[in-house]
Amino acid sequence: MTAAQNPNAILAVENVAMHFGGLIAISDMNFHVNEGELVSLIGPNGAGKTTAFNIITGFQRPTKGRVTFRGTSLGGLKPHQVTALGLVRTFQRTNLFDKISVFENVLIGLHRKTSARLLGTLLSLPRERKAEAELRDQAWEILRLVGIEHQAKERAASLPYGDQRLLGVALALAAQPSALLLDEPVSGMNATETGRFIELVNKLRARGTTILLVEHDMPMVMGISDRIVVLNYGRIIANGTPKEIQNDPDVIQAYLGQGVKHA
Amino acid sequence: MNRFLPLIVLAFFVSVPLWLTDQYYLHTLVVCGIFMLAAMSLNLLLGYTGQLSLGHVAFFGIGAYVSALTSLGFSVSIFGYQITHDPWPPVVGVVLGGAVAGLCGYLIGKLAFRVRGAYFVIVTVSFAEVIRLISLNWIELTNGPLALPGIPPLTLGFEPIGYLTLWDKAANFYVVLTFIVVTYIIIKRLIDSPYGRAMIALRENETLATSVGISVTRYLVLAAVFAGTIAGVSGTLYAHYIQIIDPAIFMFLNTVTMVIMVITGGKGTLAGPVVGGLIFGIAPVILRKYVGPEVQWILYGSLMILIVFVLPEGIVPAIERWFGRASAKNSELALEPGKGARS
Amino acid sequence: MDQLLQHLANAVIVGGTYALLGIGLTLIFGIMRIVNFTHGELYAFGGYMMYFFAVVLGMNFYMSIAFAICAGMLLGAAIEFLLLRSKRGADIDTTMLIMIGAWIVLQNTEHLAWGSIAKSIDSPFAIEPVTMGPISLSRIRIFVLIVAVALIVATYVLINRTKLGKAMRATFQDSSTAALMGINTSAIYTITFGLGSALAAAAGALLGPVFVVTPTMGDLASLKAFAIVILGGLGNITGAVFGGFILAFVEEMGASYISSGYRDAMGFLIIIVVLLFRPTGLFARSERVG
Repeated sequence: MTAAQNPNAILAVENVAMHFGGLIAISDMNFHVNEGELVSLIGPNGAGKTTAFNIITGFQRPTKGRVTFRGTSLGGLKPHQVTALGLVRTFQRTNLFDKISVFENVLIGLHRKTSARLLGTLLSLPRERKAEAELRDQAWEILRLVGIEHQAKERAASLPYGDQRLLGVALALAAQPSALLLDEPVSGMNATETGRFIELVNKLRARGTTILLVEHDMPMVMGISDRIVVLNYGRIIANGTPKEIQNDPDVIQAYLGQGVKHA
Repeated sequence: MNRFLPLIVLAFFVSVPLWLTDQYYLHTLVVCGIFMLAAMSLNLLLGYTGQLSLGHVAFFGIGAYVSALTSLGFSVSIFGYQITHDPWPPVVGVVLGGAVAGLCGYLIGKLAFRVRGAYFVIVTVSFAEVIRLISLNWIELTNGPLALPGIPPLTLGFEPIGYLTLWDKAANFYVVLTFIVVTYIIIKRLIDSPYGRAMIALRENETLATSVGISVTRYLVLAAVFAGTIAGVSGTLYAHYIQIIDPAIFMFLNTVTMVIMVITGGKGTLAGPVVGGLIFGIAPVILRKYVGPEVQWILYGSLMILIVFVLPEGIVPAIERWFGRASAKNSELALEPGKGARS
Repeated sequence: MDQLLQHLANAVIVGGTYALLGIGLTLIFGIMRIVNFTHGELYAFGGYMMYFFAVVLGMNFYMSIAFAICAGMLLGAAIEFLLLRSKRGADIDTTMLIMIGAWIVLQNTEHLAWGSIAKSIDSPFAIEPVTMGPISLSRIRIFVLIVAVALIVATYVLINRTKLGKAMRATFQDSSTAALMGINTSAIYTITFGLGSALAAAAGALLGPVFVVTPTMGDLASLKAFAIVILGGLGNITGAVFGGFILAFVEEMGASYISSGYRDAMGFLIIIVVLLFRPTGLFARSERVG
């Protein structure tokens, strides 16, 4: 069943291929994510996950095929235009405003949400004060949701690694995404941090946010995904529930093969 | 304590003319205040957007010349057309001076922010030099090196109430102080708003700032317009207070003075240019008893290097860190959801 | 037409020294990523050293030039060693502020040491100009051009044909890889700064006898060097040579056909125009500016 035929699909990847010179990074990829669903994109190293991710978010243009979000084709859109549609990504490496406070980071993330006007700001009119107060409330709400509100005053760079990743998600959430793309969010996190992150993902899901997750951490992926798409050598080799994936011979083969090669 | 400190400082300065009878010291404070104002505007660019603008004296000088010419009148011929302007009140000159300097800020911002880093610095320096050379060579308008003398002092007031001409130093002191307070409030409101945060975001991480939807040129040019206008106004105050200006007003050393004030006090802090301005406004008074101007400049230059090496963030952040523990408790309250929203 | 030829000849004469100034600055920027505000002061320093050796000590004119250049190199190396070595890898604004501080210190030290009265240096050349058809040029200026061109060529050879030059180019390309390959990049930085400074001092020592030496002569020299370097593209040595001649030409034309008062403004207008249309400098396509 292709995505175009699925009426519930919020994000649809259709016939996407990506060639770098002679190298085929992705060949004919088709999958979709339904409204409110959590889909994980997994695969051994070099399977093409990051390339797929970059294509979906507009950072790279596919050689062939198209990606649509809520029926709008993302072809030719710049990253910030994709963001404006409500499809927001986090980065693999942390990307924050390092030297300013966590709270200010989120306030900056909320930049497009403000209705403050310049003259009103300078005169400190009630309208602008109200807008600023609302913005601050929103920032607190996001910080509480992500669970780092007790560190609001800290400099972003001084947070522990896991919390920096959470702040990265907070920045993404500030753009009020209807779909969130998480690029290896728990890589480098310890078990406690990962646990907190899973909690956050569940909270986001409860709010109806659609999530596409690219991740290495198998237990996490198996635990929280509705559906898993497995990539290997730029090709989708499986697409199904965690249970189906765990028992899929192709998937086992792909991961075992990888394991053997590593040993 | 953090909240009341500015008010205590303000109360102190309001009282100064009451007990400081030495006219020379008062004069020093007036000039110091004028440069402090210019430094505060430079801080918007240097501190908050992180753009090292080294042509700031151009805005200051443009403000001074526009206001001086507005209140003196002039007659020039451009392409055969004779343009004659009759003197207007100095207050109009202050408004026009600020407006023209702000417009220059807009134009040079549009141009200079196409480039960054070394290129940006050199464009801003070049801009100031071109303006200086024009002031030196357009003799019909500016009198060139012969200076524009006899600029009238500011006159305040309206028809029915009567006029007050600012001849004495105390009156000028209060005018400058008022401008500093108003500017301080304007900059504070700007910085605490989405506008100021956008500027800071661009300074911290331009790529990330763009990705959260902040337009680079819009906010950098906005900062340049504010910086230009405020510097222009400080220039107009200078012209009407000193009552004579010449092209030396565009000296690069004047920009350097402003830069030193900002980085010594602490760039990107509200109080930084005020503290730095006071130090470098008053230092010459103390130093001149002992050493000549060359040695003074050698000391300033050395201090500038020293600051970069020892105290790169400037004095104000260092002091804040010193009192960090005490004030952290206070501001934590301000960050509390409910209270923060109302502040 | 005759007048135009004379202007062209003047431009070539001045262009040689401009190129010298420009190469020194672009070398330092290219290899060290430092906007060197002391460049003009090294130029003034060269002039004062020339005065010191030739007039105060009464040494031979040509020897004095050589000594002044060496003094410039030593001062440059000292500045690098004292002020920049520990700030390697710092952002460009930090080093810029340091260099502005150093510039102010140097200029006022010169003021203090030599006073504000201009110093003149006698040259061994006859005053009568050399006349070739419609063009007439002063002898000392021809000498200056010849030495400037010789120094430019020598710098070229040093950078493109010697082992040291190879190490410098490697550092320019990628300093961490160069360090891995066993190049002492710290030494390369000091040498580069010394070399760039020596070229600025050479320009000052050569022009000292043509004009006079004053403490503020470095200000315009710095700013003009920036213009030259932007014209040629930051870090581009060939570009700086072209930039030097282009600036001299535009100034000469501006001064004779617009107004002599705006001679010095030409460089800044060039900067603004170039950055407006070709922010990377224009280098070979020189016609676009003139």
